[in-house]
Amino acid sequence: MEEKAKSKINLNRVDMPRQDPKDRAHNYNEVALGYTEEMALEEANRCIQCPKRACVSGCPVNVDIPEFIKALRDKNMPEAVRVLKSKNALPAICGRVCPQETQCEEACTLGKRKAPIAIGRLERYVADWDLTNKDKRPATILPPPTGKKVAVIGSGPAGLTAAADLAKFGHKVTIYEALHTAGGVLMYGIPEFRLPKAVVQAEINYVKSLGVEIQLDSVMGKLATIDELMDKDFDAVFLGTGAGLPMFLNIPGENLNGVYSANEFLTRVNLMKAYLFPEYDTPIKIGKHVAVIGGGNVAMDAARCALRLGAEKVYIVYRRSRTEMPARHEEVENAEEEGIIFKFLTNPKQIIGDDNGWVKAMECYEMELGEPDASGRRRPITKAGSEFVMDVDVVVVALGTTPNPLIPSTTRGLETTRHGTVVADEQTGKTVKDRVWAGGDVVTGAATVISAMGAGKRAAASINEFLMKKQSF
Amino acid sequence: MFKIVWKESLTPVIDCLKVEAPALAAKARAGQFVIIRVDEVGERIPLTLADWDAHEGTITLVAMRVGTSTHKLGKLKSGDSLIDLVGPLGRPSEIEKYGNVVMVGGGVGIAPIHPIARSLKNAGNRIISIIGARNRDLLFWEDKMQALSDELIVTTDDGSYARKGVVTEPLKELLEKGGINRVIAIGPAIMMKFCSATTRPYNVPTVVSLNAIMVDGTGMCGCCRLSVGGETKFACVDGPEFNGHEVDWDITLARQKIYLKEEKESLARWESCQCGKS
Repeated sequence: MEEKAKSKINLNRVDMPRQDPKDRAHNYNEVALGYTEEMALEEANRCIQCPKRACVSGCPVNVDIPEFIKALRDKNMPEAVRVLKSKNALPAICGRVCPQETQCEEACTLGKRKAPIAIGRLERYVADWDLTNKDKRPATILPPPTGKKVAVIGSGPAGLTAAADLAKFGHKVTIYEALHTAGGVLMYGIPEFRLPKAVVQAEINYVKSLGVEIQLDSVMGKLATIDELMDKDFDAVFLGTGAGLPMFLNIPGENLNGVYSANEFLTRVNLMKAYLFPEYDTPIKIGKHVAVIGGGNVAMDAARCALRLGAEKVYIVYRRSRTEMPARHEEVENAEEEGIIFKFLTNPKQIIGDDNGWVKAMECYEMELGEPDASGRRRPITKAGSEFVMDVDVVVVALGTTPNPLIPSTTRGLETTRHGTVVADEQTGKTVKDRVWAGGDVVTGAATVISAMGAGKRAAASINEFLMKKQSF
Repeated sequence: MFKIVWKESLTPVIDCLKVEAPALAAKARAGQFVIIRVDEVGERIPLTLADWDAHEGTITLVAMRVGTSTHKLGKLKSGDSLIDLVGPLGRPSEIEKYGNVVMVGGGVGIAPIHPIARSLKNAGNRIISIIGARNRDLLFWEDKMQALSDELIVTTDDGSYARKGVVTEPLKELLEKGGINRVIAIGPAIMMKFCSATTRPYNVPTVVSLNAIMVDGTGMCGCCRLSVGGETKFACVDGPEFNGHEVDWDITLARQKIYLKEEKESLARWESCQCGKS
């Protein structure tokens, strides 16, 4: 143990143990192992309980962070759980995948001294305690039923959060999920080693325990339209359908065998458990040399999955430099430790196939950075004559996703942008269509789990206001 | 869970199942497909609707035992259930009064041809059907196709039943005679490729239904992508029906073989697990 700082304020953040990179590169067990009780208490005791509470406003769902930390250090775990869950229905998930470093922890007063409280790790500790001590769980007291019914489309972070809050207001909620498992991106996108699926299902069970019904295998827009739902049963609808459509590069060779969208690659691995093939029936191509194109968290996830599947070499191919990468610093570090090779300032020109239609190589350009573009990041410029060939047999395209048009294209009176996102009020999630709200990636384009949850929460409050006002007429 | 209310084997390797799915049956239209999963470890596989009954609340699926999933499906009995059934997916067939329409169904493709032929018939078209199979044992629904066709031609590759030869031969003869306004061909990709090549010189609009490998079936994964008219399309949301003259068949045929090796391995494993089971 490091010696503690002598000052009143302890600036030594307690590290969280992680699996050794050499081991974890070959298994799907969780990488970050979580705090022990001793570690959690030591970290919680660093919190100065300042009156500023900047962390709370840094949180998209405004968790009462100082209060749950206080309960934790008082060893009053049920109270810590109660405080946490009163604002956040999915804390074990958020404690693992939220970018705390740009939210609550960035706002932390101790952050100015470069040692913010590890709020995410503490959140995870409290949430995990709750999942393993269900008998001690404080009962959620639900109000009497209002008789109002709300349909939630999509069971990802936005939908689950909206559903949980609406249920807590006393409304009857039915979630419609297109896939055969609830959880959306939490199940199909984020890998087991970063977010164990048992944790996701445990938190979904909590949402169900609030009385929320989940209808799986239900592709809305096809099985029923939004208008039909409202005509038949529901007083209001929340759209939390996410950003599910993959973007491709539109370069030659992209339809060759061995080229995957990150969505397909991750869905096969995570949702369909292709890493357990042939025990599970869904196969995946295990590349020898895999190139993952993109610099976001999804690219990191795909690269680390490819490595665990057994690839010899896995490259991240990114057209800008390390500084511009949108992935969380922690995930880039994890990937590097595991042996992922980063090819910065590299942009694919074409994917080259063999005679049978399989990927055998990828031709790339070297890039250099010019002036900042609209995104504020320096614009990558192709270096003339810089083409070179990479020897790869699997390519995963992780360039981002856009919303699925299934619902907008089958719903009258819903406004969409040219990016395919649904237009909704930022504060309330209200769309231009009567009785329909929307939130999460379907409104913002691909973003984070917690921002989707924040949107679900605000929409639930707005829906509740609408439903209760309506009742008083 | 989706209960199988009735099952029969149409041939030794082709199964027909009627499954309870009232909401789906109420929405189904000709040309659409469903995704099924047989059990907890199963794949998601697409099957084009062979029939449905909104009143009864059932859909009918026909599948040939090829890989693990379809073999598992073949083992199910009336009273068993599918763990997942999703749909109706994809765009319905375009149904208009075209005039003389040739319906070509090859092998298990005879099943999806049937409801499309019925819809086109109801829209006032004259239906000439060509159904073909490798041999007599693989042929089914001749009676159903007879009932809704103004003219029916049956072929077997080996001549074990009806006319010997492949479906493109009578197709070419019909085109030669003239007066054909539209051709719809469903069957193995190679058959659809050759049907499209047969109709091209006659400039007859030709629709094919591409049963690509899929995962979600809603546009999320892009596994089913194809090149049509030089553009990348997803069979699940842009199709499954496309203009056969615009499909890049080389890519389509190659993409169907992505998992050939794994499919064999999986099936061998499943078959060895079946030894000792009744």
